[in-house]
Amino acid sequence: MDYIPNTERDKEIMLKEMGISSFESLLENIPKSLRNFSLTLQKGLSEPEVLKLLQDLSKNNTHTNNCISFLGAGAYEHYIPTIVDHLASRSEFYTCYTPYQPEVSQGTLQVIYEFQTLMCELTGMDVANASMYDGSTALIEAALLSIRLKERNKVVCSRAIHPEYRQVLKTYLKGFGTEIVEIDAPEGITDVNQLEKVLGDKTAAVLVQNPNFFGCIEDMEAISNITHKYDALFVACVNPISLGVLKPPGEYNADIAVGEAQVLGNYLNYGGPYLGFFTVKKELLRKMPGRIAGETVDSTGKRCFVLTLQAREQHIRRQKATSNICTNQALLALRACIYLCALGKKGIAELGNLNLQKSHYACEKLSALNIFEPSFKKPFFNEFVLKARGNHRITKINEYLLTKGIIGGLDISAFYPELSNSMLLCVTETKTRESIDRLVAELDKMR
Amino acid sequence: MFRRSKVGAGLKPDPTCRIVSIIIMNPIEPLIFEKSSPGRRCFSLPACDVPEKSIQALLPAKMLRKQEAKLPEVSEIDVVRHFTRISQMNFCVDTNFYPLGSCTMKYNPRINEETARMEGFTKLHPYQPVEHCQGILRLLYDFEQMLKSISGMSAFTLQPAAGAHGELTGMLIIRAYMEKKGETRHKIIVPDSAHGTNPASAALCGYEVESIQSNAEGLVDIKKLKESFTRDTAALMITNPNTLGLFEKDIMEICRIAHDAGGLVYCDGANMNALMGIARPGDMGVDILHLNLHKTFSTPHGGGGPGAGPIGVTEKLKPFLPVPRIEILATENTEIAERKIVEVNDRSPLHPHNSVSSVADLFHLNYDYPGSIGRVRAFYGHVGMMIRAYTYLLSLGKEGVCKVGEYAVLNANYLRHKLAKYYDIPYGKTCMHEFVISARKQKGKGASALDIAKKLLDYGFHAPTIYFPLIVEEAMMIEPTETESRETLDAFVYALIQIATDIEQQPETVRNAPQTTPIGRPDEVKAAREPKLKWEMRMG
Repeated sequence: MDYIPNTERDKEIMLKEMGISSFESLLENIPKSLRNFSLTLQKGLSEPEVLKLLQDLSKNNTHTNNCISFLGAGAYEHYIPTIVDHLASRSEFYTCYTPYQPEVSQGTLQVIYEFQTLMCELTGMDVANASMYDGSTALIEAALLSIRLKERNKVVCSRAIHPEYRQVLKTYLKGFGTEIVEIDAPEGITDVNQLEKVLGDKTAAVLVQNPNFFGCIEDMEAISNITHKYDALFVACVNPISLGVLKPPGEYNADIAVGEAQVLGNYLNYGGPYLGFFTVKKELLRKMPGRIAGETVDSTGKRCFVLTLQAREQHIRRQKATSNICTNQALLALRACIYLCALGKKGIAELGNLNLQKSHYACEKLSALNIFEPSFKKPFFNEFVLKARGNHRITKINEYLLTKGIIGGLDISAFYPELSNSMLLCVTETKTRESIDRLVAELDKMR
Repeated sequence: MFRRSKVGAGLKPDPTCRIVSIIIMNPIEPLIFEKSSPGRRCFSLPACDVPEKSIQALLPAKMLRKQEAKLPEVSEIDVVRHFTRISQMNFCVDTNFYPLGSCTMKYNPRINEETARMEGFTKLHPYQPVEHCQGILRLLYDFEQMLKSISGMSAFTLQPAAGAHGELTGMLIIRAYMEKKGETRHKIIVPDSAHGTNPASAALCGYEVESIQSNAEGLVDIKKLKESFTRDTAALMITNPNTLGLFEKDIMEICRIAHDAGGLVYCDGANMNALMGIARPGDMGVDILHLNLHKTFSTPHGGGGPGAGPIGVTEKLKPFLPVPRIEILATENTEIAERKIVEVNDRSPLHPHNSVSSVADLFHLNYDYPGSIGRVRAFYGHVGMMIRAYTYLLSLGKEGVCKVGEYAVLNANYLRHKLAKYYDIPYGKTCMHEFVISARKQKGKGASALDIAKKLLDYGFHAPTIYFPLIVEEAMMIEPTETESRETLDAFVYALIQIATDIEQQPETVRNAPQTTPIGRPDEVKAAREPKLKWEMRMG
């Protein structure tokens, strides 16, 4: 199936009307030598054949619905209300283009405007943009904004930020002459004393994740104060689900709050597409990357929405733009928007509490076994790190759990060699008491 | 689609602005926040089934949120109606022809949505053990092989999130390659007809951008290129066909000039739809190419994203690709470093017709590339989009891929031919997949490219890309794609001829367009001067 409505007959009629004898004459500017290649693709398949093939491939994956998973670490399993899939499946949303023609794109524009409002409400920040590729690139754009604004060449970054985010930061900043200084988190949270020692008049920004990669809750207020003492920007990378219970970045005076909003109604999808969000204080509005929707009126005075402040963007400003981003994650922002509306004011707080209760229940039960001890003694949200005791090995524990249909926590020794034999477990509202108890019972057998 | 003209006469919006309208044709839908009413719930969470402690017992008070986030309080039907109604204020490929130049708004096959939504893909965690993920890894690996074959490049990474992200990744690879050679080159050359992302991506990577003027034919000026491409130039970023819809006929010489000066050629593959099955950038001599899965490979635009921008490179640039790379770890009894396309008798039962990997292959994610530029994002890329694009290529097959380029070029030339009598087309005699009209003649008579674009909306057609490329005055860039029928193209031509005639006789009717859309022309100046970027509760 090629989805091409025109037939050979149409083609002949069209060529005739154009006064052209053969299609090939339209390609005369292409050197002959380029026309001679063979495609190593197979014959096209029918719909049932394609479906069968993809079904087989998908069944060749063991997914989180046919086992119990305690994986988190930047990609989270949360329950997605049925209306999210239903509404986001409307093709008026998913087959339209970027809303550059506002008269016929009010749907998308209103969604972006509502998404911006919801993200501001959740984070306590003044302004949000229409989205970034993912949490990692949103964090990097925040660092780039800080470097541009402050005209300074040092970025200070907590080592408790997601290791892959820090790797992306290095990739982007390499060759910029920007120094990245990492601050340790020996007790599970960023070492504030060490932080203060490295800050200075070269520091453009301090980047901290909360809850951090280990699940621990940082003292954001203290870090924010220290950062501002050195006139650097404080960038908070936060999990939006945690903001149902945790203090939002606006309240601890973050200059930029970013993060991964996959958690808001988006599937795991083996790592993507996800949804980066980007919010700032209003002073930074005109330095923001990406698209922004704003309210205005139409020719009859009626309220409507448009993409605005486009003079920041690449299609106007070219090499002087605030970012090179063009395509973003609009459809995932729509899902986040529907998800947050479905949860509502009470739901987001309840959800935060459920995550908190279940993870603490699991941590307590697991720590009571002789196999583990918690690696850190800091407050946490829905993730925590456990270290295997004595002769127990995390690799063996996880292998055993897999045979029982349970995916244990992520072995973090590859990311943090000093945290050998430790795993990061995540317990969201999707884990029933029964499934947590099953994990505990299976591990109990290993004692 | 709501039509303003059809909205019942005499119906006035609720003066309190808390409109709970039951008029289906009402094109005003309040913001969801304006529909909020205390105590309404849409979705119920399961009760807490573990012994509950007070939050204060679990977390210190200073870490807690003091004020509730003011999310709307609405019922399920409120949410469903709200999003359904606002969706109906959009034009989309499913409702309207979308001749947006350089955006390739082709039909998005439904089967792609079906396959991408299979549970075995959507519910897969990126950190699951690779043994759990053999199905998706095989799919991604095979998809890379298909892209290699279509583009003529030697290796692909699927990680970049969008075209501009692919460009950035390409620039980082160029820098790493030059560093490895011990050269510091600080300049990137970009033709003046290039997409805005090209210079922006080069600048983001720390490069100085030199714009070179196109020649009278709208192509890269070879003489100027030779002069500009000095030993401090790292690369040329080229789009082929370019944004005028013209094939750069000297592409091979262009690549030679760059290579002779020790530089590289980056190709923006936004216009790859023109070349599908017709020619391959890899054979032209380009070193790096990005593809837009949301353009050429039929994944939906989603109102602005997500897209995906895989990049392909030549053999010598392979070591610099971002990590991780998807590779075959081993097959039964044999270690395999790199696999050629497998012949018919060695296909996997999973892939009765299309496998390039064999059944015994085991896939893994390889991070062991010391020369790699590193990671360009968390995890592995927009896997959901790759599943769609892979499904598309399986459906198309070899003969389908070849028809894409052919019918895209045919449709564009047909439109070009029919419109040439009414509008100026400053460059070329024929075109590839798109062409650029100049409405300067019409502007002189009182209606600009913007006016024509707005009038097209009244005819039920999405506007073309306007005022781009920058080198054409009053530009209107038209790309029909291969998925439109002759009848649709004729209707579009009819509308544009009507508009041209109207401009001759009564240009104000074009200047006052649109009249039938949910809103009239918005005040964009007000939006920028008095930015109102979120809803705030009105007091009192």
